[in-house]
Amino acid sequence: MIDSLVIGGKTFRSRLIVGTGKYPSHSVMADAHRAAGADMVTVAVRRVNLHDRSKESLIDYIDREKIFILPNTAGCYTADEAIRTARLGREVGLSNWVKLEVIGDEKTLFPDNVALLEATRVLVQEGFVVLPYTNDDPVVCRKLEEAGAAAVMPLGAPIGSGLGIQNPNNIRIIKAQARVPVIVDAGVGTASDAAIAMELGADGVLMNTAIALAADPVSMARAMKLGVEAGRLAWQAGRIPRKEFASASSPTDGLIGTAAAK
Amino acid sequence: MTIRLNGEPFDVTDPATIGTLLDLLDLDARRVAVEHNLLVVRREAYATTPLKERDEIEIVNFVGGG
Repeated sequence: MIDSLVIGGKTFRSRLIVGTGKYPSHSVMADAHRAAGADMVTVAVRRVNLHDRSKESLIDYIDREKIFILPNTAGCYTADEAIRTARLGREVGLSNWVKLEVIGDEKTLFPDNVALLEATRVLVQEGFVVLPYTNDDPVVCRKLEEAGAAAVMPLGAPIGSGLGIQNPNNIRIIKAQARVPVIVDAGVGTASDAAIAMELGADGVLMNTAIALAADPVSMARAMKLGVEAGRLAWQAGRIPRKEFASASSPTDGLIGTAAAK
Repeated sequence: MTIRLNGEPFDVTDPATIGTLLDLLDLDARRVAVEHNLLVVRREAYATTPLKERDEIEIVNFVGGG
């Protein structure tokens, strides 16, 4: 049985979702996407640069036969801005999906969950498939799910921080209560972070900086792919419990130089 | 007439539609989305949506992001 990721009625083979920002070049980005085995990538929605028309188009470097494009509302600080951006993203014409971000703080890029909930309600009503970026707060995640979000995307750590999963217990709690997929989004730094997210039961991981700004993005993309797969397998395999003290792996009888057992 | 395009004043000859504006800017309609006075315009309506003095237009596309 194939272990696919299903969100909003759509099936994805890969549990690793990758961004398209901050790469050294579009061509490295395309190679990284291939190495990651990604079948969904995020893009931002921004004004066309009317003064510098020389830039190559990002879309030309995304293989749309294999990769689903998920527009985000990055950089939006109010529900209204995020809703407008989501509508524009939809109108570019590829889908009615949106990675919904409403940012509450410039330094940490933590979400404004009040505005996020409001924007989620509005966009769900307008027929969007909404994947909200939020923090590791189980109460907010539950409210987002109740508002109709197709998945919830709690952060591991601040966007681009590379700090890994800062609050594993909260991620575990969020997954235990969620009835929609849980995608850990933001803060992953290296492959073990991605594996940890999956070992906590996450359905997927979303990352951008960890791959794009790695010294070798293509190798890191491959490492992340393996990390996500390893973590998922470990989760499914059922780990041993943590114990305070030792539990010997080798038998304690039949040792030489001891009295024989009766 | 002068409209506001992506936050800056822009002169365009009357009559103009969103469609003619995109042509003037040499933009592929399939790769952008357009907001006209805070409302998203359907692609099918570009040719029939006229521009007026002081209209606010935002033309966006997809760029790299996380």
